[in-house]
Amino acid sequence: MTPEWIFGLAGVLAAAAPLLIAVVGETFSERAGVVNLSVNGAMLLAAMAGFAVAVRTGSLELGFLTGAIIGALMALVVAFASLTLRQSQVAVGLVLALLGRDLAYFLGNPFMGMPGPRVGALPIPVLKDLPVLGPLVFQQSPVVYISLLTVALAWVWIFRTHPGLVLRCVGERPPAAFVRGVPVTRIRYTYAVLGGALVGFAGAAYTLDLKGGWQGPISGIDGIGWIVLAITIFGGWHPVRGAFGALLFALLQWLSLVLQPSLPGIPSQVLNVAPFPLMIFALLLTNLGNTEWVQTALSRLPESSRRFALRILRSLQVSPPAALGTVFEEE
Amino acid sequence: MKVEMRHIYKSFGPVRALQDVSLTVEAGTIHGLLGENGAGKTTLMKILSGYLRPDRGDIFLDGKPIRFASPAEGLRHGIGMLHQDPMDFPAMSVLDNFMMSHEGEFWLDRRRARRALQELAGQFGFDLDPDARVDRLTVGERQQLELLRLLWRGVQVLILDEPTTGISAPQKVRLFETLRRLAEEGKTIIFVTHKLEEVEELCHRVTVLRQGRLAGEATPPYSPQRLIEMMFGRPIPMPERQPVPPGEPVLEIRDLVVGDHRLRLSRVNLTVRSGEIIGLAGMEGSGQQLFMRACAGLVRPWEGSIRVRGEDLTGKPYHAFLEAGVLFVPANRLEEGLIPGLTLTEHFQLVYPNGRYLIDWEQARAEAQRRIRDFNIRGKPETMVEALSGGNQQRTLLALIRTPAHLLLLEHPTRGLDVESSMWVWRRLKERAQEGTALMVISSDLQELLQYCDRIIVFFSGRISEPMATEELTLDRLGHMIAGRGW
Repeated sequence: MTPEWIFGLAGVLAAAAPLLIAVVGETFSERAGVVNLSVNGAMLLAAMAGFAVAVRTGSLELGFLTGAIIGALMALVVAFASLTLRQSQVAVGLVLALLGRDLAYFLGNPFMGMPGPRVGALPIPVLKDLPVLGPLVFQQSPVVYISLLTVALAWVWIFRTHPGLVLRCVGERPPAAFVRGVPVTRIRYTYAVLGGALVGFAGAAYTLDLKGGWQGPISGIDGIGWIVLAITIFGGWHPVRGAFGALLFALLQWLSLVLQPSLPGIPSQVLNVAPFPLMIFALLLTNLGNTEWVQTALSRLPESSRRFALRILRSLQVSPPAALGTVFEEE
Repeated sequence: MKVEMRHIYKSFGPVRALQDVSLTVEAGTIHGLLGENGAGKTTLMKILSGYLRPDRGDIFLDGKPIRFASPAEGLRHGIGMLHQDPMDFPAMSVLDNFMMSHEGEFWLDRRRARRALQELAGQFGFDLDPDARVDRLTVGERQQLELLRLLWRGVQVLILDEPTTGISAPQKVRLFETLRRLAEEGKTIIFVTHKLEEVEELCHRVTVLRQGRLAGEATPPYSPQRLIEMMFGRPIPMPERQPVPPGEPVLEIRDLVVGDHRLRLSRVNLTVRSGEIIGLAGMEGSGQQLFMRACAGLVRPWEGSIRVRGEDLTGKPYHAFLEAGVLFVPANRLEEGLIPGLTLTEHFQLVYPNGRYLIDWEQARAEAQRRIRDFNIRGKPETMVEALSGGNQQRTLLALIRTPAHLLLLEHPTRGLDVESSMWVWRRLKERAQEGTALMVISSDLQELLQYCDRIIVFFSGRISEPMATEELTLDRLGHMIAGRGW
């Protein structure tokens, strides 16, 4: 029989799936230089609206599509404000984040607690019978498969294709990309909107798959958007590292639930919030190599061990797209 | 490809950058574009490459009229520009930089690009590691990379904007060889510079701009006097050397050991006396920056001691050095020296506050006005520093140096400045020396070091020479030493 911990880990994978998709979406947007801070509001609004459409039409596909469109529209507002009107991305994104949340709770009232369609598990023939891997990965809902595919495709796109190279350059130094003939603004729009669509899709996945239904403020979706932004940074704007970040977060949350009965001495609140400081700690680790005192300390080590330590730190080290959040005017 | 620009006009707001400028460049030649800072050279070239659009005027390639709406179109017509500040992507690899362009096959073919890069680099004798990150390269190497990339793209017209700023002497020799060869192959090369000797050495023909207008053209043999007159509208006398008798020791360094993650300088001993000017020569990144930052109190030494006028400052924080009268003027004007987004008045106010808590802006503005006049800065008290030209930013930095200073540390004080501005800067520095300040100056212009310094120290990958009296040095000897020969 399959041991219980495998089901637990399969649950972690399922819980991380929407996070993966949203992180990839935000990664695309930020790689192009647009910080979309509206993620939290976009996900809530997409979750509510996706569910509402699915309930009314009975179509899950239309529900997901609605979510994606809402995410794309929110991103379009941020992009338009910053790229065309040259306003602050941070200010517009923050306001949209608040607006999206309140709008979701207000408009979602009639749908609270309503029964609706839900994506079921879709075991994949043959693969589902593999030991360990089968129950862990191949007896999941389609959203999990989509999330894993999204991460893989994003990696291939960013690091193995020419459009991906152009994307990285646009986020790095727009004037230099422009000099090389790249239509910078158009590319920034494209990826911001694409990223927003992925974020919206991920939002809809909560009500149509993971949680099953809209519960208003107790849906447990509020706050996830902010975690998505943190994981994007933690992942160093790299889809695969971002995926690890999302999985780590989901794992920590699961552990805090599992450990509660066996650690009665620790208040449950402590365990509930533990994943958050742990994430900050992980973030610190990745950027340790950047600090001057570490570099100075290392430079006194003997040559061989210094090389080794430097290589490890450098592989962890990430640097943001240099033009993140900046305004660029052609000519 | 023959390039013709006819009657080009361009204004930025009220500033007339170009007025009725025409330029004809024959295929297979190296054409110099000479002028002081702000003469409009870069603007004219940005128009040719499609980066800027002219207000009026026409461009012809091989007799056919063309009109570019973006750099993409310029590239499509075979025009490539090497910008003064390399327009590359520092955080990415050499190979990715090499491959990056607006169009290309969907899948990145790294293997093919790597082969092409190595082949081209081999042809020109450049040594570039395809997997290195671009921000670890020297300016000269970044320029070589850009050059190879443009050649791979198949450019026919190559524009180089002040390409010798910030590259070493051997790199410059190699660059000139490369350009001559490209011209022989039939490429059209436009060489933008403010240095006369480069025009004399390299160019088949030269066009001179002055304040946005055409000042004249010349062919070899060039008369330097005539070119200077065209550039400035009048002849400029060269200054005479007048040695200052050195006074009390200002800076005493004993057995200094300092390093970063790349370099280590060991056992440096040096005494600098008041009124002395010490030049630090060496290729970029040979240790002179590190040494100067250690003297400024920005980098903590590992061993040894630093004394300023008898006071032991070893390991003390930066502000203790400031209080002891040690002042450091960095090379990156906008990154370390000035604060973009603040006006001239605000800068002066930061350094010379006129009140303890409340600022008297009326008086601050008058004070700024006075300094702007004294230091010959082309700007108003309310001008943002980033809107100033390079020369005026440098003047502002000098105006911000607090008096009295006992030790002045300057990194590339004349980088990117034309002859007249450089001479102005050096005149100011000499005045400081005569008032008893000790100076240490980093420069990649050896001629300038020989002209103005009393003693010169050479750096080569962490090795340091003894201070040498300038009278006993020649340009040739110095050039060999910074390349690591003849120690």
